[in-house]
Amino acid sequence: MRCAYCHNPDTWSCEGAEEWAAEDILDRAERFRDYWGKEGGITVSGGEAMLQAEAVTELFVKAHERGISTCLDTSAQPYRPSEKMDALLRASDTVLLDIKHIDDEKHRELTGHTNKNILDCARHLSELGVQVWIRHVLVPGWTDDEASLHRLNEFLRTLKNIRRIEILPYHTLGVYKWKQLGFTYRLEGVQPPTAESVKNAEAILREGVSFI
Amino acid sequence: MREEWRGFRGTKWVDEVNVRDFIQNNYTPYDGDESFLTGPTEATNTLWGKLQELQRQERAKGGVLDMETEVVSSMTAYGPGYIDPATKDLERIVGLQTDKPLKRAFMPYGGIKMAEQACTTYGYQPSDKLHEIFTKYCKTHNDGVFDAYTDEMKRVRHNHILTGLPDTYGRGRIVGDYRRVALYGIDFLIEQKEIDKYNCGKRQMSEDIIRLREEISMQIKALKEMKKMAEIYGYDISQPAKNAREAVQWLYFGYLAAIKTQNGAAMSVGRVSTFLDIYITRDLNEGTLTEQEAQELIDHLVMKFRMVKFARIPSYNEVFSGDPVWATLEVAGIGQDGRHQVTKNCYRFLHTLENMGPSPEPNLTVLYSPRLPETFKRYAAWISVKTSSIQYENDEVMRPIWGDDYSICCCVSATQTGKEMQFFGARANMAKTLLYAINGGVDAKTREQCGPKFRPITSEYLTWEELEPRFRDMLEWLADVYVNTLNLIHYMHDKYFYEAAEMALIDTDVRRTFATGIAGFSHVIDSICAVKYAKVKIIRDETGFNVDYQVEGDFPRYGNDDDRADEVGLWVLKTFLAKIKRHHTYRDAEPTTSILTITSNVVYGKYTGNLPDGRRAGAPLSPGANPSYGAEKNGLLASLNSVAKIPYEYALDGISNTQTIAPSTLGHTDEERANTLVHVMDGYFTKGAHHLNVNVFGVDKLLDAMEHPEKPEYANFTIRVSGYAVKFIDLTHEQQLDVIARSAHERM
Repeated sequence: MRCAYCHNPDTWSCEGAEEWAAEDILDRAERFRDYWGKEGGITVSGGEAMLQAEAVTELFVKAHERGISTCLDTSAQPYRPSEKMDALLRASDTVLLDIKHIDDEKHRELTGHTNKNILDCARHLSELGVQVWIRHVLVPGWTDDEASLHRLNEFLRTLKNIRRIEILPYHTLGVYKWKQLGFTYRLEGVQPPTAESVKNAEAILREGVSFI
Repeated sequence: MREEWRGFRGTKWVDEVNVRDFIQNNYTPYDGDESFLTGPTEATNTLWGKLQELQRQERAKGGVLDMETEVVSSMTAYGPGYIDPATKDLERIVGLQTDKPLKRAFMPYGGIKMAEQACTTYGYQPSDKLHEIFTKYCKTHNDGVFDAYTDEMKRVRHNHILTGLPDTYGRGRIVGDYRRVALYGIDFLIEQKEIDKYNCGKRQMSEDIIRLREEISMQIKALKEMKKMAEIYGYDISQPAKNAREAVQWLYFGYLAAIKTQNGAAMSVGRVSTFLDIYITRDLNEGTLTEQEAQELIDHLVMKFRMVKFARIPSYNEVFSGDPVWATLEVAGIGQDGRHQVTKNCYRFLHTLENMGPSPEPNLTVLYSPRLPETFKRYAAWISVKTSSIQYENDEVMRPIWGDDYSICCCVSATQTGKEMQFFGARANMAKTLLYAINGGVDAKTREQCGPKFRPITSEYLTWEELEPRFRDMLEWLADVYVNTLNLIHYMHDKYFYEAAEMALIDTDVRRTFATGIAGFSHVIDSICAVKYAKVKIIRDETGFNVDYQVEGDFPRYGNDDDRADEVGLWVLKTFLAKIKRHHTYRDAEPTTSILTITSNVVYGKYTGNLPDGRRAGAPLSPGANPSYGAEKNGLLASLNSVAKIPYEYALDGISNTQTIAPSTLGHTDEERANTLVHVMDGYFTKGAHHLNVNVFGVDKLLDAMEHPEKPEYANFTIRVSGYAVKFIDLTHEQQLDVIARSAHERM
């Protein structure tokens, strides 16, 4: 996806990465095990982790063999029902799922993609019983109108696997990267939301949701 | 039991001096959170307001508010002094170093020349009479040292391969067990010392016995003078303290005696928090004290620690920048029996940073263990996030060596309270030593033959095969001249500037450590790695002198959790310590070493040439055990992992690590940041690391503070540097730039 507010457009490119074997990644990760605390483990984010579903699945399965808990941080944009995706979701102890917008039209405008398969993914995770943290980036004028927030809340109420709902306040720390990369930043001039509106949005999204 | 000891349990501590036994029998571990804490009282706000105004005036006057020129400092040199005579009744804890707040005393015993230079530097005219006395009739420590220095010792000093040696000022780093004054009263302590003197050296008048007998006599005199000092303020401290207020006051008088008679680089307070909690808890239970009053006592005590000042000379300020005194004070820790030693008082001490804002002094130190109560860890981390004013030291590595009643003298050096003293030895520039190995002992900066005239390396490329034996030989020489210089200094210090007041509060049968130190640690590692793993071409000037290095290829660097580099660090440390240990030390002290530079990394760097790791001549060395500037490529945790690999057992004098973390790296809210910080420290200390200075701010704040020091928000802006804390605006410009250059970690 190409979200208009993305703070790390430098991770969009799929070119020029290093290849690491799952075992090597886990060896490296284990050097930091003492810092994780009781709740910690490994999180795979991106770019978009789902683009490498098979590799991530292998990593997660091997992590479990070592007693390391796993977490998938995804936009779910590449999600299509398949055995490959099922294996990945099943190997994830937690999924951090970003829902950018509940309205398909606005979702397209914001990210260039439909949200249909993303919502499908959320539903499927609920069926599988994989715990999720739902995240929603609050961008004033783009994703903060109350009607949409209420609609998103209605959707969230239908899910049975939510552990947490988090509002991520829009920030401008990544704007300079757009310029460095020669991209046009569409949200020029948009200010971060106030603490109050973050709180308000949080309350709306959480209302009536049954958390696990 | 005596009336003053009503309600106290235990037996051993009753008949003989044993404060640890008293604490273990009587303290109450606290597992709750910070919700019981109270804000500042009106008296605290009034006094702190006045003190801040005085600090403002001090800064406006160029760093010194007032200075003594006519009176030689002693415990009884002055009448009573108060923050402001008009509000003296508000001061719950009394006693100043001189007759006025922030006025610096005249202390000539370390060296009359330096005492006078300190005066003239700040525009004061030293007294002719005192000049005559201390040049004609009375010898000082500095004179003694220079009478005995060899040419070689003067040369290594002049070439800055040894710097910051305590040959012109008090060596400090001795923590008297000030708690003894409160628990026993002075008379009992005198009785005990009289017994020691009686038992010392029957018909065995060897030199060491004669010296010891003289020292005990000096200690007894100091104890008697402490009583007189307290009388000046209207207190009789001959007997034990009867309640919490007296306990705090008695203890402070003990410390005051030390800072009136010594101007040591580090004048630490010690582990007093849990001890004082016992008295406070008793008063709270008896209904004679409220929580608000308890906090007020601690606030006022801490206010006094924030006022400690010494007259210093410019070259001293260069090494120890920002006017520090290392009034180091510990909280928390775990006992031998497995109970943690967190008490409500540990919270109260940290809470002073909220009640009176951030401050570099006292140097608040959390004796950390992952096993401390989660509530306390989170509160400490919260205070770090808010104030960047505290440091953490790993109780899990120190307790097996020093027991559960050690104090920290200076920054990171543990010492058993009341049982030990330390011979402070500053540090040797190991980066420079590496250059000496390449250049046959000739100094790159002065071009003097400072070290022994060994064969310089003349090959085109630097190889480890050629460098290693030369580096070993040069370290051998360094260790030799270093230990012997320190032997001489400490002999003279004992002779001319003996710490009678502090030693009176330490067991007669004292154990001594001999603290050497290393500067330039990371640069030596990276330079060796460059030689081992890349190709290092030597660049020579027209005289054939090796002046620079061109590195072809990549090499591992310390600070990335890369075992290849980190193992070199181990080799350097072990090799150096082994060489130090081969030498005889003064008074059979136990040699230790530290990887700690204070702010001397800037001065050391100034006198160090280009290094094979790419560091340019004159640039600051990285401080303490920190990885080099820009070397850390894998985030905070990888850097911490590298430092954590240094075994504490080989650097018992401490391994200092200072890290600055951008707030956004730790989390979105202060609460989240504190939680993450606890995880970071749990991990780091579980790995066996020793020390962490934690700063939480971004570089933008530093830049703004440097450009706008006049903004009120920066008046008390405190940052942790290697082993202590300073007000950022009090650092020299060079050091501010150095701090800024050490970029904040933007990722884990």
